[in-house]
Amino acid sequence: MIEQRYVARSTAIAARGLGDETMVMSASSSTLFTLDEVATVIWKAIDGATPLEEIVTKTVCEQYDITPEVALKDAEILVKGLAEQGLLLLSEKPIPQSSISLKVNP
Amino acid sequence: MSALVAEMVAKALKLNIPLSVHLDLTYRCNERCIHCYLDHSDHGEMTTAEIKDLLDQMADAGVFYLTISGGEIMMRHDFFEILEHARKRTFSIKLKTNGILIRKKEADRIKALGVESVQISIYSHVPEVHDAITKLPGSLRQSIEAIRRLRAHGIHVIMANVLMVHNAADYSGVRALAAELDAKFILDPTITPMMDGDRSILNLNVDEAALRKVFRNEALVGNVEEFCAPPTGPDEDALEMLPCSAGHTACYVSPYGDVYPCVQFPLPSGNVRNMKFVDIWRDSPQLKEVRSITLRDMPSCSKCTHGATCTRCPGLAFLEGNMRGPSTQDCEKSYARTGIPSENLKGRREPRQSLGLLKLVQIQSVQPVARNCAEAVTENSAVNR
Repeated sequence: MIEQRYVARSTAIAARGLGDETMVMSASSSTLFTLDEVATVIWKAIDGATPLEEIVTKTVCEQYDITPEVALKDAEILVKGLAEQGLLLLSEKPIPQSSISLKVNP
Repeated sequence: MSALVAEMVAKALKLNIPLSVHLDLTYRCNERCIHCYLDHSDHGEMTTAEIKDLLDQMADAGVFYLTISGGEIMMRHDFFEILEHARKRTFSIKLKTNGILIRKKEADRIKALGVESVQISIYSHVPEVHDAITKLPGSLRQSIEAIRRLRAHGIHVIMANVLMVHNAADYSGVRALAAELDAKFILDPTITPMMDGDRSILNLNVDEAALRKVFRNEALVGNVEEFCAPPTGPDEDALEMLPCSAGHTACYVSPYGDVYPCVQFPLPSGNVRNMKFVDIWRDSPQLKEVRSITLRDMPSCSKCTHGATCTRCPGLAFLEGNMRGPSTQDCEKSYARTGIPSENLKGRREPRQSLGLLKLVQIQSVQPVARNCAEAVTENSAVNR
């Protein structure tokens, strides 16, 4: 059984939609990534509060002809890869916005 | 440019998305560089709220790469408020600054705000030379201290060296300094005219011999034989080439909200105080005209053997009087690189020599006006290239 997983976007990133794709870049590495159409759907739905499984079933599976099992497996690989690049935060618990907000001195 | 970035640029071009914007927050500055093309007075800069709204509009329009520059960006008291807003709108942010106002606190904030890189101009590794160019005593020391602080935070630093007659011998020293500070080194061999078209500062450009030396420096250009190879002339595909990203996937916004195709291409195309940024981008007649120009539409350059390989800047051509014409400074660079004159240079040389204009200029220089004398000497040198 796949564990419940919560995902939040890192704050130190640049990201922008380009057509049906998304460009994402880590400020620390200056490495550019592009997310394809399906990955973009997942990226947009990531909010730190919704479990990945729910994102997959409610967004990906409703828009694309794919089983939840296959979609979740692919989504797990995607978020793990992006987390390794510092673009996403992963947790077994919901990730509150306050914990990922910008640490900016007054 | 990596294949992935090239793919993104091609897609942005197809979708008419302004992928990159250079935004100057202010023209005010704490240095007075002798080659600067700006009027440093404040003629009504955008307010904090106006800039935040503009950033929102730019993010919605698809802008990804945001260069924040000036003037000196930290002359604005709201600089970090603006930077914080830009970060929230997830731009890839590059800062251009002289670094003088970057202390530990500022470096901490720049790091926290995930800036992609900070570019700082270093004109020489010799304090007397650098400070004479910036007209600010102690400026080299302060800029280097800022670079050390930023690097200590792991922030990427680009050390930009603008080449001119005053520092023509120093680029190797600056490059060594960049290596010591673990910063990236870039060399810009072009002094550009003032924004108002005043070309007097072009006198600061290095001569052809100095340019040739730069273009044959393996450490700077890589494979010299390849870099300086004779051009083959534009083929049919090259004639359909677009001049550069200005107006196509990039534009410039001044501190007063004026939109131009590029910081070096002062063709007024709209003002964000009167129109939405995206409407200017999509509908400005000026930007549409810029977009319509391919190499085929340039009478001189389309016939020039350098046409496909020249670094021709359409903004410099515009400042010379014709956005479809050649940029003589780039013609001179192509000549210094390959030893082969462009169509423009060929055309310029013959009439001037045959009309004996050099002698006329020399006669004028005898007049007791030092400025005229200096200009005459420069004119003479340029013609003799």
